[in-house]
Amino acid sequence: MKVKKTIIYFLLAVWALVVLFPFYWMVLSSVKSYASYAGEKIPKFFTLTPTFENYTSAFTAVPLAKYFANTLIFTLLTTALMVIVIIFAAYAFARIDFKGRNLLFIMFLALMMIPNELVIITNFVTITNLDLRNTFTGLILPSVTSVFYIYLLKENFEQVPDELYYAAKVDGTSDLKYLFKVMVPICRPTIITVIILKVIECWNSYVWPRLITDDPMYYLVSNGIQEIRENGFGRDNIPAMMAAVVAVSVPLIILFLIFRKKIMAGVSREGIKG
Amino acid sequence: MNVKIENLTKVFPGRDKKSAGVTAVKDFNLELPDGKLVCLLGPSGCGKSTLLYMICGLESPTEGKIYFGDQDVTDIPSEKRGVGLVFQNYALYPHLTVKQIIKFPLENLKGEEKLSKEEMDKRALEAAKLVQIDGLMDRKPGYMSGGQQQRVAIARAIVKRPKVLLMDEPLSNLDARLRLHTREEIRRIQKDTGITTIFVTHDQEEAMSISDLIVVMKDGVLHQIGKPQDVYDDPVNLFVAEFLGTPEINVFEGKVKDGGLYIGEQRVLEVKGVDDQDVWIGVRPEGFEVDPDGKFTCELSGINIMGRDITVLSKHDAAKAVIRSIVSAETKVDTEAKTINLNLKPYKTFIFSKETEERIRFT
Amino acid sequence: MSKKTLSGVNSVATNISGWVYLLPALLFLIAFMVYPLIDVFIYSFEEGYNSASQSSFGIGLYNYAYILRDPYFLKAVKNTFILVIITVPISTVLSLLISLGLNSIKALKNMFQTIFFLPYVTNTLAVGLVFMILFQKTPYTDGLVNLIIGKFGISPIDFIDGPYWAKMLVLSVYVIWIVMPFKILILTSALASVPDVYYQSARIDGTSSWRMFWRITLPMISPMIVYLVITGFIGAFKAYSDAVAIFGIDLNAAGMNTIVGYVYDMLYGDGGGYPSYASAAAIVLFAIVLTITVINLIVSRKATDIT
Repeated sequence: MKVKKTIIYFLLAVWALVVLFPFYWMVLSSVKSYASYAGEKIPKFFTLTPTFENYTSAFTAVPLAKYFANTLIFTLLTTALMVIVIIFAAYAFARIDFKGRNLLFIMFLALMMIPNELVIITNFVTITNLDLRNTFTGLILPSVTSVFYIYLLKENFEQVPDELYYAAKVDGTSDLKYLFKVMVPICRPTIITVIILKVIECWNSYVWPRLITDDPMYYLVSNGIQEIRENGFGRDNIPAMMAAVVAVSVPLIILFLIFRKKIMAGVSREGIKG
Repeated sequence: MNVKIENLTKVFPGRDKKSAGVTAVKDFNLELPDGKLVCLLGPSGCGKSTLLYMICGLESPTEGKIYFGDQDVTDIPSEKRGVGLVFQNYALYPHLTVKQIIKFPLENLKGEEKLSKEEMDKRALEAAKLVQIDGLMDRKPGYMSGGQQQRVAIARAIVKRPKVLLMDEPLSNLDARLRLHTREEIRRIQKDTGITTIFVTHDQEEAMSISDLIVVMKDGVLHQIGKPQDVYDDPVNLFVAEFLGTPEINVFEGKVKDGGLYIGEQRVLEVKGVDDQDVWIGVRPEGFEVDPDGKFTCELSGINIMGRDITVLSKHDAAKAVIRSIVSAETKVDTEAKTINLNLKPYKTFIFSKETEERIRFT
Repeated sequence: MSKKTLSGVNSVATNISGWVYLLPALLFLIAFMVYPLIDVFIYSFEEGYNSASQSSFGIGLYNYAYILRDPYFLKAVKNTFILVIITVPISTVLSLLISLGLNSIKALKNMFQTIFFLPYVTNTLAVGLVFMILFQKTPYTDGLVNLIIGKFGISPIDFIDGPYWAKMLVLSVYVIWIVMPFKILILTSALASVPDVYYQSARIDGTSSWRMFWRITLPMISPMIVYLVITGFIGAFKAYSDAVAIFGIDLNAAGMNTIVGYVYDMLYGDGGGYPSYASAAAIVLFAIVLTITVINLIVSRKATDIT
């Protein structure tokens, strides 16, 4: 029994190492000076002379700060708009008994099956024709709705007992006030989960921004990283590249460590839907 | 505020166009006096909650009118009727504190009715004091007992000073002991405020103990309305007689012949002025006297001595169930005997038409 | 009387307000999902569509014929299939083993779970760069991975710019690393939701743990495994940014393009400007994914019927 447990712990530790090692390596490489990195024929597993000059060059040689700002604006706007849109849609499906509701909801569910790859082509053409390339509007528009999050929130809204609605009606509460004063606060945990998942999705989005922006002034971090990879820092400056990689990864990892439980619960909900 | 209901009918549409609808309330006429506590009593599914929701304005009638005083409120939305509603499961907003919940209805007031912050706080505290939860103003419902939640629900319903207070089975989620205590509380609050209160319940004991008037209904139809004791002592039909009273009334099959009431072959009571016919006979448990020369003989099956009185259990072929008779503890009963002879008290005995189950009066 | 909504409310107003609340979502979905979905089929059949003049010669299957003869497309299909065949089984089995391990421990379980989930919240492009430098062989250094395999007497290989199998290996390793967190998470919660009573009663019957796994655990979590296999297939068929992260934007030059990569290359970039070819390729991809999913469902239904 003891032996079995030890083996299990050992194997789990091995996988933990596999997961963590790339993170260690990027941090390590980012604090080695260019000279010492290039001089290591055999890479060293630690450094005694850490330096932050790579971070300086990562933020000065390429407009990394600009990419960050762009990503931040993109993420905040997209998420904020999406939350408003899905709250209204979920409320309509959960609470309002309008004609055609069930049929419409089935059509919504059917849309969940549609892969992004199939619609991105026309969206690219649409945004190009509307002259919205290299604008935030063009970046944001296609991702301000999510059928899955509407579905998730609708399910949650439906768990709010009907009596609360009747009670509010007797008190003379308008639908809109009921939605924002009662439904939204009660369902806050789900809404927060949706927000976090959407923020992660936005922060990591690559394909759409790549198609829709060719002006570095509108690059998001993913595209920025790709740009750095393609055109580099003049020469093969791996440490500076790694500094940029660390800078891009850190915000999400912090977010994850703060909201670990919510994120994992949210993602497994995403899995359970199948 | 007295409440008047005229020809009120509610039909819920069927699932699709072909299937017939369900009639929850049928041609209801009722007048409830001002300042009284009225119980709508009936078995579950009898339409009493639907009736309550229509009075409240959450449900609109298919036909008929509802008046508060002289005002026709049938088409007036709930919030403008001046009603307060207490839900079966309290319907307290889980994310708000007691104080916020009680203030919630006040914050919706608009125009002339709009209150200042201080006034709102004052009114909320008043309502909380009335239901004795003023010490828990900053708690959230999740941290309160069922009884406390119930009080908050009542405070929320009365804070707007409604003309009519409606309660939908408010005690059914409480345990037995709390239920007893809370119903006395409700009675007290109603007396203190003098608000016309309509209380829905399926528990006849609750209805008997709490209300000024009882409205007995079944399948959407009004059966009887009256003071609790009057309805108990003078039921209009077999359903009302059976529904009220614990233990339940004893029911026998029998017949009237030549001015006498028969159970089996025994002539158990003289009933004048009734035509010969088959009947149902209802005898309240306290309507029997043990008498060795009693006219009604049945098989003795058990005796429970409960302090101040004795419950005699006996059997008879004509009885719908085990016969329970409650007699004074001083009564001498031979526990070893196979049979027991009883006499029926005429004012505790009701006869009903076998066909219509309507009451047949005798002298 | 538990009805969803009250009939008392004015129904005309209700109908209108329902649609008003839905309006924003509807507009966005119609503009960016429904319309594009129809349009992509139209594009795929329009021959000789020109983005500049927005005109075409006619309707037909030419676009499909073209991509099916395009060596880049065929290469992309081959790459994608190989990637799917390698990564889906390995990641599923590996994540099942790890989840079983996780479920059998108490101490440090939370810590391991947190660590294992980390790749999910990282930027694919950014971490891909780390994998690239780990495997890369440059004039200055053979790279860390070569250093390690060198200890076993294997001569250095250029994983990023060398033989095909080496490049496929790196890509597979990275894809597996990326998809593991989701699978571990789902399987761990699936395993945890198997009621203890089954194990307890099996233990009383003296069932071996091997038998318990095959007869209790696996059947109980099989719906989740089926789900993971299906979503795994779908996800792997859509692989793209992982390849870009390791091999750069010009995947055709690296010989490592995927179907999705081909779609985007046809749409935009140096060889781009052909939405018709891109649409045809996207529809072919969709058809493949749909077929595989249906086969998966049929096979899994049969398999679960037997157990």
